[in-house]
Amino acid sequence: MLEQPEHKEWSIAAHGDRCLVIRFGTGLDAATGRRCGAAAAALRRAALDGVSDIVPTFNTVAVHYLPGRHTANTSLRKLELGIEEILRQARLDSAQTGGRLVELPVCYGGEFGPDLRDVAERLGMSESSVVQRHSREPLYVFMLGFAPGAPFMGVLDEDFALARRDTPRTAVPAGSVAVANRQTIVYPNELPGGWHVIGRTPLRLFDPLREPATLIAPGDSVRLVPITQEAFHGWPGQ
Amino acid sequence: MSVTVIRPGLASTFQDFGRHGYQHLGMPVGGAMDQRAHQLANLIAGNEHDMATLEVTLLGPVLRFDAPACIALAGADLGPMINGEPAPMGRPLVLSAGDLLSFGQRRGGVRCYIAWHGGMALPEILGSQSTWLRGRLGGFQGRALRKGDVLPLNTPLRAEARQALADELAGIAIYLPSTLAHNPRPRLRVMRGPHTGLFTDEALDTLFDSDYRIANQSDRMGYRLQGPALSLRENRQLLSEGATFGSLQVPPDGQPIVLMADRQSVGGYPKIGHLASVDLPQLAQSMPGDVLRFEEITLAHAQQLDNLREQALERLRGSLRGLRERIARAAETP
Repeated sequence: MLEQPEHKEWSIAAHGDRCLVIRFGTGLDAATGRRCGAAAAALRRAALDGVSDIVPTFNTVAVHYLPGRHTANTSLRKLELGIEEILRQARLDSAQTGGRLVELPVCYGGEFGPDLRDVAERLGMSESSVVQRHSREPLYVFMLGFAPGAPFMGVLDEDFALARRDTPRTAVPAGSVAVANRQTIVYPNELPGGWHVIGRTPLRLFDPLREPATLIAPGDSVRLVPITQEAFHGWPGQ
Repeated sequence: MSVTVIRPGLASTFQDFGRHGYQHLGMPVGGAMDQRAHQLANLIAGNEHDMATLEVTLLGPVLRFDAPACIALAGADLGPMINGEPAPMGRPLVLSAGDLLSFGQRRGGVRCYIAWHGGMALPEILGSQSTWLRGRLGGFQGRALRKGDVLPLNTPLRAEARQALADELAGIAIYLPSTLAHNPRPRLRVMRGPHTGLFTDEALDTLFDSDYRIANQSDRMGYRLQGPALSLRENRQLLSEGATFGSLQVPPDGQPIVLMADRQSVGGYPKIGHLASVDLPQLAQSMPGDVLRFEEITLAHAQQLDNLREQALERLRGSLRGLRERIARAAETP
């Protein structure tokens, strides 16, 4: 059966006087996310005049522009029309987000994944099947946010529809891989957090002096590769 | 060829136009809280292009100049003094080696910007010299200034050219376009946004009819406001989306938070509206305890005002060319 795209249309609205937000849908689903990623990639290629930032999220793309370039009556409308034209020509349904496939080694459970046992209990499966199902398919990177380099990835099976922890932790170690709301995130630095920590990657997700500064970009797909504790400790840089 | 920090002041950090172009990687924009004052200080110090200025808060630092330099101050009047004598805001100031810049009685505002001709030799991280305190990066070693820090000047003045420059600049007139003057308004202006309709009709009336006090837990990331709660039509969770400087987001307790320079790149709370960019400097110069009132402005009007301010800055940039050239002559090695 041919699946019809859920959202053929988008809407554009001003978020204040220096930002337009393109909305592709209201829900959290991979198709909408990929459409946002493809739109962001197309807009980035187009290098529109005066645009400083293009920020895809789950169901929107924010286009930030600099002051003095787009007045409401003339060129803001021009920018809007420019965006419309780029979106029409981009093949948003072809899932071409311009993203790469990134492999992320993850040591699940034990000291690195203190919530794995609890997550397994809540989901009514064994720890190993949580790991197996979590790492089975590459995850799509909807957006980076919360902290530089922190990917929000999904969408996991409905079985993974866990709410966040009742009590957030004040400090989650850097590299922690955590799940909630059918999503997976990775903490690039030690940060407070309320998600269920099930593993840790030895890789550094953010380094401002590296080019590019983040290991993962929006629109990428991430393949989680389970590794042993020995492999984690032996990883270069650990 | 440097400036030594004798006393650091309160949260003195280097800031510039901000770290634009990296929000999709989760990087906050940051930069000067009061962009208007930051840009004025730079222009009056004879900088044609954006350079990091020192954003000093309420209690200014004490700085010792170890080389002659040209600086300018704009924004909050924190009672600046050179060697104990009052020094004017909004004028190019020529300092000698050994001079002390300090601050005394605050006369108004919160944040003063100190610009150096030629700027400071600080590393550029992701396109900006701005300090991001929470991320411990940018600016001077990713942190607020401390006693004993030695700040490297890019282009000190030639000692023998200093006096002539001081004499030349003493008589120079600087005409500030009125759109660039700090004229506090009784009400900050708010645009409706795509989330406005998620709130009850009363919520918008409440926002425009009530006093909101800036709470103590306010910083460069956001200003928390205290006042009548703003309610949604129905409790619902939104997915995170792009956030802007001046977004008025409302968490479940109904107390609005204005997102400021160090805001996160994305946020998930509904936004009842967005402050006009042209009014953000006034907010950046307000402090905990101050009372804010709001009124509505259309997008078209807000953008018109934003553009008028940009044009005024451009005109000022043009009219200060002579000043820039004079300072540059005194700075370059013959």
